[in-house]
Amino acid sequence: MTSLESAQQLHARFPNLVSKPSEFRGELTVAISDAEQIHEVCGFAKATLDFDYLVDISSVDNYGDDPRWTVVYELASLTHGCHLRLKTSVSEEKSELPTVTTVWKTADWHEREIYDMMGIRFRGHSDLRRILMWDGYPYFPLRKDFPLAGKPTELPDVAFTNPAPLEGGPFVTAAGGKDSIAREPRVRTTEV
Amino acid sequence: MQKSTEIGYNSKIEGEVIVTKLDSALNWFRKNSLWPMPMGLACCAIELMAAGASRFDIARFGSEVMRFSPRQSDLMIVAGTVTYKMAMAVRRIYDQMAEPKWVIAMGACASTGGMYRSYSVLQGVDNIVPVDVYVAGCPPRPEALLDALIKMQKKVETEPVFAELAIAGPFLKKA
Repeated sequence: MTSLESAQQLHARFPNLVSKPSEFRGELTVAISDAEQIHEVCGFAKATLDFDYLVDISSVDNYGDDPRWTVVYELASLTHGCHLRLKTSVSEEKSELPTVTTVWKTADWHEREIYDMMGIRFRGHSDLRRILMWDGYPYFPLRKDFPLAGKPTELPDVAFTNPAPLEGGPFVTAAGGKDSIAREPRVRTTEV
Repeated sequence: MQKSTEIGYNSKIEGEVIVTKLDSALNWFRKNSLWPMPMGLACCAIELMAAGASRFDIARFGSEVMRFSPRQSDLMIVAGTVTYKMAMAVRRIYDQMAEPKWVIAMGACASTGGMYRSYSVLQGVDNIVPVDVYVAGCPPRPEALLDALIKMQKKVETEPVFAELAIAGPFLKKA
């Protein structure tokens, strides 16, 4: 079974929920219109379509747009050697969707990382703690409205943070410059 | 025919006695047995391991005894990126080390935060512990670490031991 057949079967099983597959650079993506149903879709993908391996879960911050969050599931089938991407949207007010740890156990740490970095909660997760930052760190550092240099915090006997000196930065590399002087990292203010 | 000259200590003339200052003798012991506390936090730790292995052989300078207990070590080598999450642990291990103690900040990250101008990385381990020698490099080669160790030995050599104890130590004052 190829990626395309899997995506079509998924669409046939959930016609109102799962979009038709879209292709980009040889990879197929389907959109899930209701994040609340992600568990059912993933359960079907694993049980019937043999997507036995969850490669990754990632999240996107569409800052300024509504819904703010996009959660992306990268599925792979070792049985058929194919790959499929599921995308679903979550609003900022809700910031919550069901866990898929009951489908793939490996989702445990992926979901904890998303909770740590973006602050999206996964309902039903057995152990939703921060995974990289310490318990009690007050911010979600991968959100677009979090400054690159960080913010000062203080948690006595656990950890502290200070903003990093950026010296006018961030320093950005310009791709495609004709020599290394044009390409090298410099302070570049992005014009909007 | 050229005659060989005797240099250094001649026991036939001077007898079985060496005269020196107690400070110098103690510093001589100390500098030649600086036992490192390997605070290996990132890729610099790989170079630190290379410095310990046979090609570079840190044992030539008396520092081959990597102690994983802070109680038994003299020299903390902070090798790698110190994150804020790790910072308190580094400080606590430093506090647990017995005096006298020294610190080498190995590599760009330990010295200044390096390329990590980030919310999660401490911008130089000298924010939390006093550093004696900084080593440049990303990561530094083992030779650079050995050079830092020799510089460290030079520093240890010139430190006052008893002069300082007589001023600061409450035990000596009582006696």
